[in-house]
Amino acid sequence: MADPIHQFEIQKIVDFQVGSMDLSYTNSALWMTIAVVVSTVFLTMAMGRKSLVPGRAQVLAEMLYEFIAGMIRENIGADGRKYFPFIFTIFMVVLMGNLLGLIPYSFTYTSHIVVTFALAALVFFAVVIFGLINHGMHFFSLFLPPGLPKWLWPMIIPIECISFLIRPVTLSVRLFANMMAGHLMLKVFAGFSVAMVSAGALGMLASTMPMVFNTILIGFEFLIALIHAYVFAVLSCIYLKDTVELAH
Amino acid sequence: MENEAMKLIAAALALLPILGVGIGLGMIFSSYNEAVGRNPQAAELLNKRFFITFALTEALAIFALLVCLMILFVF
Repeated sequence: MADPIHQFEIQKIVDFQVGSMDLSYTNSALWMTIAVVVSTVFLTMAMGRKSLVPGRAQVLAEMLYEFIAGMIRENIGADGRKYFPFIFTIFMVVLMGNLLGLIPYSFTYTSHIVVTFALAALVFFAVVIFGLINHGMHFFSLFLPPGLPKWLWPMIIPIECISFLIRPVTLSVRLFANMMAGHLMLKVFAGFSVAMVSAGALGMLASTMPMVFNTILIGFEFLIALIHAYVFAVLSCIYLKDTVELAH
Repeated sequence: MENEAMKLIAAALALLPILGVGIGLGMIFSSYNEAVGRNPQAAELLNKRFFITFALTEALAIFALLVCLMILFVF
């Protein structure tokens, strides 16, 4: 019986080395390609007809658009429209990673810290660069909440700096840890079933219990997959808000 | 005590933060239900905030689980 960690193993599909760098095409890269192909094909097919009375696929595509557009309108404001492609892409990448990972025998690329940290670092650097472009040096007033008495400054400024720098870490670890723990839990409960079946007739009967629980957990995992794609996108919106308008 | 036993105890202790997360989640659920019960029209607005706070709080339990798994499998 394979251990529950086995599912996260990176396997090389096409071996490819450049000097000492390993640029192999792995199962992680394969599922990222599938995610890109699925989302691109779905969105272009759904919006290809552009009928006035939308079909089922078109409704879904329009719902996704409306969802992200509404999120940006609420969290950033009207000026946030220019960030729509960025937020929508991040949302779709995370959503596809989470949902495709729930297919049995597939690979969840969002369950690897390197993938989620790359996404979070992208958001972080986007905030820093766009903030400096839009506000110049005034952007650093982000570290000083307005209306503070002067004697509090030496305490608050380091705290604000740390909380700004820790953002990519919490953003990435939240997604990665949720995905990893969820998939681990599914496999551990499946392992209970397997162990019980090998214990005889009574065990065979009892093995349905973890199976039923696993079915409930799969439903819960779907909820978690959607929520965490949403949370990642919404937190990116909140961080990008600082680049449009500062708190005061 | 043997190292192996110490490791298991440390892994179990690392899960203690779930106690606090459980209390926190209970407070979030109770106040959400109370708010929706008082004002059902606000449910749509509260839903989104509820999911964000739920996910942020729940993430702490997952961090604890991560530390536990690291103690068990990495060290």
